Amino acid sequence: MLSDYITTVLGAGWVSLQLAFISLVLAVVIGLLGALCKRSEHRVLRYLLAIYTTFVRGVPDLVLMLLVFYSLPALLNQSFETLGWDYQVEFSPFAAGCATLGLIFGAYMTETFRGALQGIPHGQIEAAQAYGLGRIRTFHSIVLPQMIRLALPGFTNNWLVMVKATALVSLLGLQDIMFRARGAAEATGKPFTFYLIAGGFYLAITVLSLLALAWVGRRYSMGVRGLSR
Amino acid sequence: MSWDVIFENIGRFADGAKLTLLLMIIPLAIAFVLSVALALLRDSPRLWLRSLIGGYTLVFRGTPLLIQLFLIYYGLAEFDLLRESFIWPWLSSPLICVLIAFVLNTTAYTTEIFAGGLRHLPPGEIEAARAYGLSPWAQAKRILLPAMLTRSLSLYGNETIMMLHATSLASTITLMEITGVARNITLNYYIQFEPYVTAGCIYLVLTFILVGCFRFAEWRWAAYMQPRRG
Repeated sequence: MLSDYITTVLGAGWVSLQLAFISLVLAVVIGLLGALCKRSEHRVLRYLLAIYTTFVRGVPDLVLMLLVFYSLPALLNQSFETLGWDYQVEFSPFAAGCATLGLIFGAYMTETFRGALQGIPHGQIEAAQAYGLGRIRTFHSIVLPQMIRLALPGFTNNWLVMVKATALVSLLGLQDIMFRARGAAEATGKPFTFYLIAGGFYLAITVLSLLALAWVGRRYSMGVRGLSR
Repeated sequence: MSWDVIFENIGRFADGAKLTLLLMIIPLAIAFVLSVALALLRDSPRLWLRSLIGGYTLVFRGTPLLIQLFLIYYGLAEFDLLRESFIWPWLSSPLICVLIAFVLNTTAYTTEIFAGGLRHLPPGEIEAARAYGLSPWAQAKRILLPAMLTRSLSLYGNETIMMLHATSLASTITLMEITGVARNITLNYYIQFEPYVTAGCIYLVLTFILVGCFRFAEWRWAAYMQPRRG
């Protein structure tokens, strides 16, 4: 009886993970584009990006989620109505969650990637050009491996914060691990047990991610000279 | 658009903002004292103390605040012993539960921030303090604390902003802070757009004020660590 509930709750962890992975991909894409825009020479582009990052950092995740899930469709539907179109927009909690988390952590990734790009000495890129390497080849074999190493601590941090932020999407009605834990808690009258299970799930993801990313970090800093002993 | 609803309820938003600030400042103040003590002990030579503090920060930084909040507010009711004890009237109040959860959560983050600030301290400064014969207490007060606080000022600024944003979770357990007021208005007036936009704007303004304060604090107290210009 109790074990049925436990399997349901842990099974819903898959929904949380899917949400986290899709949002991560979105955030990395936004982050890469953002980092390139921040270095671009177009002033308008840089201003737009600055507005985006300040807005995302200034408003709580939960409020942004409510804005995307409730306010944005309301605004769209109202404008459709004034235009005389017969069309209703509604977002699913999953889509709204992915979009919001992608947007939020895209802003954080932008900062991480920009910092990493700045950390690569310009002389290396000039050297690559002097050797006749093309732009793609330069990015792929000179910039990218170093960028991964430099961006990894920030990336790890963003990922860990994002995994925890997925719990908020349960408040929009997504049937993730948090939502199921709440259901099981109410059905069995054992709230502490079920919230503890959900907490354990997130803790396990955190610890596994830390171990995995530490391994990646070791791989990518093989060529870095340490202190001589 | 029905912005007049917002103007009618502007007083409620003001009350909400007051509660938000309260929910931010009280936990930050308590957590500050706790974290300074825990950070000094974080890298203690005693293994059990180190692992105890490390375990605490790992658990509270590794799980969502929403779960911690629900564990305290809904979860503790599972224990009959606690329900019959004299502290139950406090533990069943949402305000107390939110404050406990926020203190536990932000202490974990702040402890790591402060301990990180200490790790960047050049060993020579501590050795010099020892050579001058400063007692451990004087070392902590004159060398470790100032170094720790100035070095972690910008990260601590981020943490206070995170705390401000975390207060929005209090609305999930019936508290009427800014987000709670906005939710309540959407339910009462059937408008989805204006209340949340208003809430977002209030948070944005509060964040700007905080960022400004920390810029000033960094200029005032941590300027000596900036590379010299010109």
